[in-house]
Amino acid sequence: MADTLATHLAGIKHIIIVLSGKGGVGKSSITTQLALCLVQGGNKVGILDIDLTGPSIPHMLGLDGKQVHQASSGWVPVFADENQNLCCMSIGFLLQSKNDSVVWRGPKKNAMIKQFLTDVCWGELDYLIIDTPPGTSDEHISIAEYLKDINPDGAVIVTTPQSVALADVRKELNFCKKVKLPILGVIENMSGYVCPHCEECTNLFSTGGGEAMAQEFGVEFLGRVPIDPSLTIMIEKSNDDNATLENELIKMYTESNLYKVFNKITDKIVAKVTT
Amino acid sequence: MAVNEKPENAPEHCPGPSTEQAGKASACQGCPNQNICATAPKGPDPALPLIKERMSSVKHKILILSGKGGVGKSTFTSQLGFAFSNDENIQVGVMDIDVCGPSIPKIMGLDGEQIHQSLSGWSPVYVQDNLGVMSIGFMLSNPDDAVIWRGPKKNGLIKQFLKDVDWGDLDYMLIDTPPGTSDEHLSITQCLKESGIDGAIIITTPQEVAIQDVRREIDFCRKVKLPILGIVENMSGFVCPNCKGESIIFAPTTGGGKKLAEDEKVPFLGSIPLDPRIDKLTKSPQDKYFLPSSPESLHNFLGLQTSIKH
Repeated sequence: MADTLATHLAGIKHIIIVLSGKGGVGKSSITTQLALCLVQGGNKVGILDIDLTGPSIPHMLGLDGKQVHQASSGWVPVFADENQNLCCMSIGFLLQSKNDSVVWRGPKKNAMIKQFLTDVCWGELDYLIIDTPPGTSDEHISIAEYLKDINPDGAVIVTTPQSVALADVRKELNFCKKVKLPILGVIENMSGYVCPHCEECTNLFSTGGGEAMAQEFGVEFLGRVPIDPSLTIMIEKSNDDNATLENELIKMYTESNLYKVFNKITDKIVAKVTT
Repeated sequence: MAVNEKPENAPEHCPGPSTEQAGKASACQGCPNQNICATAPKGPDPALPLIKERMSSVKHKILILSGKGGVGKSTFTSQLGFAFSNDENIQVGVMDIDVCGPSIPKIMGLDGEQIHQSLSGWSPVYVQDNLGVMSIGFMLSNPDDAVIWRGPKKNGLIKQFLKDVDWGDLDYMLIDTPPGTSDEHLSITQCLKESGIDGAIIITTPQEVAIQDVRREIDFCRKVKLPILGIVENMSGFVCPNCKGESIIFAPTTGGGKKLAEDEKVPFLGSIPLDPRIDKLTKSPQDKYFLPSSPESLHNFLGLQTSIKH
């Protein structure tokens, strides 16, 4: 399998895995933002969503209800923008209804992940970003094992600042060490919220925890991303059935404040994987 | 699901994967599953009767579920546990089956506690006399250790939590779960099928991306025939501590938890605002921010069928 997988994924220059021990910290939104920033920087980007029981990527990219097409060379990923620079694959595209639950135990999940790696024709990509479910279990062990011989560039670890989330994320850092997956750095998400009425910044989930943890583990701290309700609104607009090209996610995103914040983080990641 | 029924594409005279004849009958010749059927253990799981016996002294079993992570399952479980145990005549147990990311020890202020072993099994860690807690977090030699386990090992631990822990007589057992609809969820519902689960409380946050996963969890509950006690919407709205102005952080673009409850025809139990004080809970977990404090009103809040017996 290792050889065939290596040839199959040979067109992909960099593979980045987005991880977090904790759920709901923004792995999928960080994945999406990283992809949008990379695309805006002139790269061809693919997103692989291996959260099989809770896929969020289709919604994040405004692709609810889209289907995957089958070609002779395999599954064709779904394109998220007009210029076909951003494509993605998720189990969400394979479900009859978006409300269907995927009630699978480990072995079935592992087989699906393997299929996503071997049967999707990604073509030439500058970056493949892999979005994962929370935890350190089947999906994580499998993806680390399957990609071992291809040497992925590494993992971006997402956390929120509060102690309960950090406790789980520390486990994820230890997981990376155990499976020898390089850590590109830590991003602290949901770091502060600016009240729209008085501009006072409240640290809803405290602040600084991610940076302290990165220091302790000797990994790079990539930056803080504030809570910005406008991201949710952008996503909803792009999911709207009447969405026009004006409402294309990447257009709205590059005009937002978040883009400025996240572009700096993206630059750091790009610098790490290209040197 | 346990493979008890014949698959749709089984050979014509398939004896059924869990029968004595599985993998051995003439119809099995050439079936791709023959080997699996012939070697898989037959009959009911030997742990089930033991679990049933241990669980017979637990009156109400409630699962706290959500398809989405980080919506506040553990916080809610902890608050509910403290609220019930306000009445010293009520015995409460909290079981954390999030094996890879246990949050209950931290949220309930029990960091660094250890499990003790006695003749009658593992003893839960007691926060107070009538509130016992069990979590894998108590079993790690270093709190940062990653539990890198695949499904079967996780299932084994869940079974042990059910049959080897000396819970004693409990009025309520609250079970905190990881996000998703996979091994842990299947195992807990299968293990407790015979003892009966009162139902599941589903936690969500208002934004569509979370609601999507929660709809899947509701679909899961229907598939495994688990009753739903109701939906709680967490992190709805935020009141600025400086100017008291209210703002919506996770916008309920599709109607939030309330609309979800209406669509799915399950009770809506209430919504809980975001409160920055929540991070202090880890230091003083007994502080209650949002639940009714008397067990009777809690009971009504959850709409449980049977009344509390003292």
